[in-house]
Amino acid sequence: MIPSATIFGLCGAALVGLGLYSFVIQAHLLRRLLAFNIIGSGIFLLFGASGARLPGVATDPVPQALIITGIVVALAATALGVGLVLAYARATGRTSLPEDDAPCEPQERLR
Amino acid sequence: MTELASNGFDLVLAALILGAAVFAMSVRDLFGAVVFFIVYGVFVALAWLRLGAIDVALAEAALGAGLTGMLMIGAVARLARNTGPHGEDDSEEEAQPPVPSATPLAMRIPAMLAAAGVSVALGWAFLALTPAAGLRGPVADNLGASGVANPVTAVLLNFRGWDTLLESVVLLAALVGLWSLARDQDWGLRPGLRQHARANGVLATFGRLLPPFGLLLGIYLVWVGSYQPGGAFQGGTVLAAVWLLVMMAGLMPPPLVTSLRIRAVLVAGPLIFLAIGLIGALAGTFLGLPPAIAKPVTLLIEIALTLSIAATLALLVLGPPQSPLQLPSTPAAAS
Repeated sequence: MIPSATIFGLCGAALVGLGLYSFVIQAHLLRRLLAFNIIGSGIFLLFGASGARLPGVATDPVPQALIITGIVVALAATALGVGLVLAYARATGRTSLPEDDAPCEPQERLR
Repeated sequence: MTELASNGFDLVLAALILGAAVFAMSVRDLFGAVVFFIVYGVFVALAWLRLGAIDVALAEAALGAGLTGMLMIGAVARLARNTGPHGEDDSEEEAQPPVPSATPLAMRIPAMLAAAGVSVALGWAFLALTPAAGLRGPVADNLGASGVANPVTAVLLNFRGWDTLLESVVLLAALVGLWSLARDQDWGLRPGLRQHARANGVLATFGRLLPPFGLLLGIYLVWVGSYQPGGAFQGGTVLAAVWLLVMMAGLMPPPLVTSLRIRAVLVAGPLIFLAIGLIGALAGTFLGLPPAIAKPVTLLIEIALTLSIAATLALLVLGPPQSPLQLPSTPAAAS
């Protein structure tokens, strides 16, 4: 029937779309970081599944190594992103960027 | 497993992954969203097992679900502290925007269509690609000369050692970037918030019981990575988690950011890796490992990398040094 690699490859493609939508729609910066991580793991699933499509043969080790590197770098980027969000919140008291405020509320631009 | 059961398992797992992702992105409570994200990470690790990529499953469970989840939980807690109701909340200060986005439907529809378009394009491209042998052949041919029996470790530390060297430098760069976010007056302090754990409570007890097993598991993962799934990154993450647990249980304070010892541990991995690479350059190939001494040299690189990775990951999760009392600052006083 359907091979595992195809199911999880398509799952990865769907995750990329879900993460993109959430990244665009959500204003809260931590939720954007979560969406970024979901996009990343979706890309990794897509890439890794493409290396596992030959039946009966071991999964290709080169994509696996690249994905492990990617997971580590994504964590490092998320940690830096969290630090930036917390520093921004400490400086301004906000959790979203001013340009993402609801359009119906005109905001006073504080210098 | 019969083919039907195997397919059913994969389909249910894929549905669980998508469901957990949707909940992680839509639940109103931010802490609940992070919990769903951790669950999502564990399901993705199971998916990697089904794909036969056990090293990646270990890395995803440890880093993607474990450390990233811990990072986000800490972020949610600190954010609540930083943006809670201030004592001097004046009326002219803009109200804290509500967490659920007020994005109108007119903006959601194009975003939905664009995201769906990207998904469909990726899925179609994935299905249109013919499955190829990839690089299995060259890796299998040269595995004997690499000194290790696990092909993923051979690719990480030998065939694509350049990527791993740069990755360890990227980790350091992220830590430097994170530390540079500390305020000037906080620089000499210890990173992270002060931990208060009850002396005989659950956290303090686990902080004493778990570290020996964690140390054993972490060191074993590094050692066994030469011939079975495992490796420096997975073992280093377990060691980082052990250190974080000990600090969270209040049994050890975090190191001072100015401490020379911790800085030596942080740079030891990339430096030793780079030094071995340069020695190889003098002998012919940068980062080349002669087959005769490949195994002990790879082990040396792995040990140094594990120590650096463990220290860097734990310090990345802790965050920049900050003073214990967070005084709220009004936007007018900022900048």
